[in-house]
Amino acid sequence: MADAKVVGIDLGTTNSLVAYMQGDKPVVIPGVDGSNLVPSVVALDPISAGGNGRPTVTVGNSARKSLIETPERVIYSVKRLMGRGLEEVRSELKLFPFRLADDVEAGEVPRIQLGELRFTPPEISAYVLRQLKRNAERFFGAPVTQAVITVPAYFNDAQRQATKDAGRMAGLDVLRLVNEPTAAALAYGLDRANVGTIAVYDLGGGTFDISILKLRDGIFEVQSTNGDTHLGGDDIDNLLLAIALDEIHAEHGVELRSHPGAVQALRKAAIDAKIGLSAESSASFDIELPNGDRYQREIPREVFEILIEPVLGRTIAPCKQAMADAGITPEQIDEVVLVGGSTRIPAVRKLVDELFHLSARGKKAHTELNPDEVVALGAAVQADILAGASKSTEELLLLDVTPLSLGIEALGGVVAKIIQRNSTIPASATEHFTTGVDGQTNVAIHVVQGERELASDCRSLARFDLKGIPPMMAGLPRIEVKFLIDADGILQVSAREQRSGKQAEIEVKPTYGLTDEQVEGMILDSFDHAEEDFAKRLLIEARVEAESDLAKVEQAKSNPAWQQLGGEELAAIAAAEGKLIQAKGGEDAAAIRDARVALDVATRRLAELMMDAAVTDAIRGKTMNEAGEELNDNISAPHPMAAAEFK
Amino acid sequence: MMKVLDSAIPVACWSCSVAHNESTLFCPHCTKIQPPPSGDYFTVFSLEPKLNIDLPALEHEFHRLSRRLHPDRFARATDSEKEWSLADTALLNDAYRTLKEPLRRTEYLLKRSGAEIGEEHSGKDRRDPSRVPPDLLEEVFDLNMQLEEMRMARAAGETDPELEKSLVAAKQKFDGLLDEVDRNLRAQWNAWDEGDEAQRKTAQSAMVALLDRRRYLSNLVRDVTETLGA
Repeated sequence: MADAKVVGIDLGTTNSLVAYMQGDKPVVIPGVDGSNLVPSVVALDPISAGGNGRPTVTVGNSARKSLIETPERVIYSVKRLMGRGLEEVRSELKLFPFRLADDVEAGEVPRIQLGELRFTPPEISAYVLRQLKRNAERFFGAPVTQAVITVPAYFNDAQRQATKDAGRMAGLDVLRLVNEPTAAALAYGLDRANVGTIAVYDLGGGTFDISILKLRDGIFEVQSTNGDTHLGGDDIDNLLLAIALDEIHAEHGVELRSHPGAVQALRKAAIDAKIGLSAESSASFDIELPNGDRYQREIPREVFEILIEPVLGRTIAPCKQAMADAGITPEQIDEVVLVGGSTRIPAVRKLVDELFHLSARGKKAHTELNPDEVVALGAAVQADILAGASKSTEELLLLDVTPLSLGIEALGGVVAKIIQRNSTIPASATEHFTTGVDGQTNVAIHVVQGERELASDCRSLARFDLKGIPPMMAGLPRIEVKFLIDADGILQVSAREQRSGKQAEIEVKPTYGLTDEQVEGMILDSFDHAEEDFAKRLLIEARVEAESDLAKVEQAKSNPAWQQLGGEELAAIAAAEGKLIQAKGGEDAAAIRDARVALDVATRRLAELMMDAAVTDAIRGKTMNEAGEELNDNISAPHPMAAAEFK
Repeated sequence: MMKVLDSAIPVACWSCSVAHNESTLFCPHCTKIQPPPSGDYFTVFSLEPKLNIDLPALEHEFHRLSRRLHPDRFARATDSEKEWSLADTALLNDAYRTLKEPLRRTEYLLKRSGAEIGEEHSGKDRRDPSRVPPDLLEEVFDLNMQLEEMRMARAAGETDPELEKSLVAAKQKFDGLLDEVDRNLRAQWNAWDEGDEAQRKTAQSAMVALLDRRRYLSNLVRDVTETLGA
């Protein structure tokens, strides 16, 4: 157990990553395609005729490819739906191509219709987590069962619980939920003996967080946090998309909204334009419409910046509130760290610079660590702290806070706050309740999270029913209820009737969320756990990959590049092919792996020739945009037969 | 309210079975973590119940204890140790949050000594005239009128620089009164910390009155700030 690896996972809106501590340095574990980022996209493959009737689920880059062909079988950005109620999900889905299952009832966790199946958001996230778990297992050649998962600092109780549920469904023991900005601070603070105050500005795909921390002797003490769990790069994409859709409707009379595949193609173009505008002074759309027209549009950076200003402006108030809550001015902040892909946008950097008076003080925001990876790296550091075995992290300790106040609904619907926001967690509060009617044996408590004065304006967390109170005169029972927010930011409640000394029975009705039994029933194929099954799975996977490699070589034989190979090269490929076919028939996953590497080496020049041909083709016959897109696809998988990373 | 530590009831350590004082976080014999002790916030930090506190020392002790108690240190420990680490750390954090803040610390110590302190109420009863300190009655009345005018002007989309100036001046005045309350409170701290039984009693009732006044003033300042900032 002591040497079992604990991994750190960044379960992002757009991309997810898994990392671990290699010696004293956190590193990201790449997937089978060599890419560090696993797109948080889950697709349901069409059911094959001869199969067992249950379609296969694919995750990541391969799932993303299905977005345009079979949009009704793909889901992305599911993080925005985690821990949310039916109405919230319904309004959220206006911007996305997926839809709610039609048999969902109020009070249930909403389910999303994907092809012929229905999934809750935690189940979708579990598929992403399982992919990361498998990537790590492939990398270590050993099972991985324990993880630290990051969540936006401003996630509420239900969103945190949903994330933990997803971990359990994926077969992971979630040792800790860590707030994303705090994780980023850990990744940055690791190799510096830092003392000072730092602000982490984290604008990701779907969420925004700001956290202010004090560093001292290895203790990372969060002073305050604020944010918006509904603000990020997605909003910018949706903005560009909406404008393009309206223009297409106005100029070409085509209502693209009824063509989900075309909307996805346009969405991809919008994302590319957004990314391009971080480096270029202008970007363009060039899309073929279903009626044969072309939609062409040039977006200069100045126009883009005016467009997104309202979105970026929404990050200002949370930053000011966080500084006010920490009791500091911008001048007292020593360092600012930028996290999240959206902080690559120059307008975001300018805004941060002004907010914290950086260049005025001769300072610059930190961007040394890749903003897409820094959270996962920090999660790996926290994983190492929890594993407790390493010299490099034994002095580090993270003291985080709860982002939202916890309150109880009192008479008249007013909230009585019992734990203030920005309290260091774990935090607790003890409250006493009594009865209002003679002989009353039940007391109901409504717990809410938020800053507003009325319970109806706050987020309902749960309703607790204290049962089995001994019948007494009104006002006589004294029920002590202990509320405790644990280190994951999740509420635990216990109660006791003090006059009888009886442990009161509590029935909890979470307002949003799954019951334990429901989570149990959603655990993804449980064979992930056992060691022998693990070996079996490695073998099966290795065989599948060998098949795919062999098929690719077979295909390449009809490519013009094949003719350019010399006799010696052809012989080497044939020999490697033979060895792989032989290994594939055996029971040794490691032998298959070695044979795949050998075939990979033998076909390297072939792959280069094929790549060159593709580039020439692209430049000759296609628009630059399309060529660029294909090139990009190739870059994420540099070698069509790239070997898996094994250690 | 925590049970005040009145006597040291010896209990046996769960791990080494050696009896120890109930109010310890760790067994003095084998240093293993113990279930949450029954002492109050001051005993968590081994402090005398006093109002003047050495804050840097408090922070240092908070960090030292956090390193030993935090659930991060018990991720692979037994279930009971995990549970105690969680409960002990919650107690430590609650204690630190209360003691490091001068007002929370004062309220806590006064409540612990049996004083009745008005609860923080937001909303309408803030304008209840019976809660207004008598010496401020007239000014508060004028201020509330001006606040109402200001809100109406804002709602109508108008600006009234005269009114704004007068509100800023009022805010400055009430800020000054707050500072005065804080100075008076600190003076009472010394009386409470150093005094005999009778002096403590006098200081206690003076502080209860000061805290009430302070709560009223800070709500007022908040109203003005919100109205000006809207």
